[in-house]
Amino acid sequence: MRIDCDVLIIGGGPAGLCAARSLLGTGLNVLILERDPFLGGQLLKQTHMFFGSKEQYAGTRGFEIGQILTREVQASPNVTVMLETVASGYYPEENFILALEKEKKLYQIYFKKVIVATGASEKSLLFEGNDLPGIYGAGAVQTLMNMYGVMPGQDIIMIGSGNIGLIVSYQLLQAGVKVKAILEAAPTVGGYFVHAAKVRRMGIPIFTQTTVKRALGQNALEAVEIVNLDSKWQYVAGTERKWSCDTLCLAVGLSPMSELLWQFQCEMRYVSELGGYVAKRNAIMQTTHPDVYIAGDVSGVEEASSAMLEGTIAGFAAAKALHKMLDSVDQVIQNSQKFLDEMHRGPIGEKIRNGLAKVEVDVCL
Amino acid sequence: MRIKEHPIIDYQKGKTVTFTFDGVPYEGFDDEPIAVALYANGIKTLSYSLKYHRPRGIFCCIGNCSSCLMKVNGIPNVRTCTQRIEQGMVIETQGKGVKK
Repeated sequence: MRIDCDVLIIGGGPAGLCAARSLLGTGLNVLILERDPFLGGQLLKQTHMFFGSKEQYAGTRGFEIGQILTREVQASPNVTVMLETVASGYYPEENFILALEKEKKLYQIYFKKVIVATGASEKSLLFEGNDLPGIYGAGAVQTLMNMYGVMPGQDIIMIGSGNIGLIVSYQLLQAGVKVKAILEAAPTVGGYFVHAAKVRRMGIPIFTQTTVKRALGQNALEAVEIVNLDSKWQYVAGTERKWSCDTLCLAVGLSPMSELLWQFQCEMRYVSELGGYVAKRNAIMQTTHPDVYIAGDVSGVEEASSAMLEGTIAGFAAAKALHKMLDSVDQVIQNSQKFLDEMHRGPIGEKIRNGLAKVEVDVCL
Repeated sequence: MRIKEHPIIDYQKGKTVTFTFDGVPYEGFDDEPIAVALYANGIKTLSYSLKYHRPRGIFCCIGNCSSCLMKVNGIPNVRTCTQRIEQGMVIETQGKGVKK
């Protein structure tokens, strides 16, 4: 079946929802494709309060932000939402996206502009036995406990002390699960000081320059062998020790789900600071394909707050390109850009700044 | 095991449904994915790998990684971390008994 829309948004997480919100009241026909049976994406598993300013919902818990955005978008007459629908591929000859609804119905979706907000997928870590049941990505642990109220395990070791590793450790304690330790391969803790201080106060030790060497167990994880690392990231011989645990949580980063952007033949670049291959883009989130915009983790892995700002910018930019702009559209875009720049300021934002410097192009297409 | 109380989240559960896993009946809620219902019942192994017959469980739990593929109502390779559980579903471990 054929569907026509003005702006197609692929992904109903924080970036996609904010893009849709930017398009409310423009009269443009907006369509959101979401593969889950609900909108909100990864916001729905965030129980912590967000930072930043009022515009970024500071002081509101992540899942509540997801609910607020969902309500706003669903109440709008010019936005259609297709749930349980996967954007399976882009067909350049006819210029449509092929979408599959509930694994049954196929749609050819024609659009004028598309905002790709497909998010990111979790990385794994290379070690012996890393496929044993009981070894999960941090997002999986959040899904089990924060969305469905299921205990991920009894006795957990966390790998990675970035913000996700720290926040999920704290969430595990909230759910009544014992976190034995957080291991960090780098010499210093990766995440914000306030998160690290919180888990330390709660009694979770953080071991730096330490990683997992082997996972042990017959049918599921029973123990891990951990080892110290030297300044060259090599195992220190003789420091191996065995710790029992039934769950190992890997919080070792994410990589952008950029498959569709390759299909659109956007110019791509591998940027380790941003998690993997990302599309080159200008300040209004437009890629080298003039009809394709990006927002959220697919444009470089950061956090939900930046995804929301990028979505807002991409939405307004698409509206402007289709000549359905508010008088103040440039002002609104600049405001969001200013908030993004503020987030990237200081030593914490250095890695992201370096990454963005490699993909941001000045040209406005 | 299910979390009984949480300081922040008020879990909304759907209708209780009965399904079978490798012939044994279990209960779950109709608004949760198959793999989650199994996990709540203590079942971690969902499939065995093709070549070395190694046990596999969930990994990403959001439909990205294919670690949770199982046979559902006779159909193989169903992504059980996103597919909702339904009353009377017949769930089977994928690749069980396959020799190397």
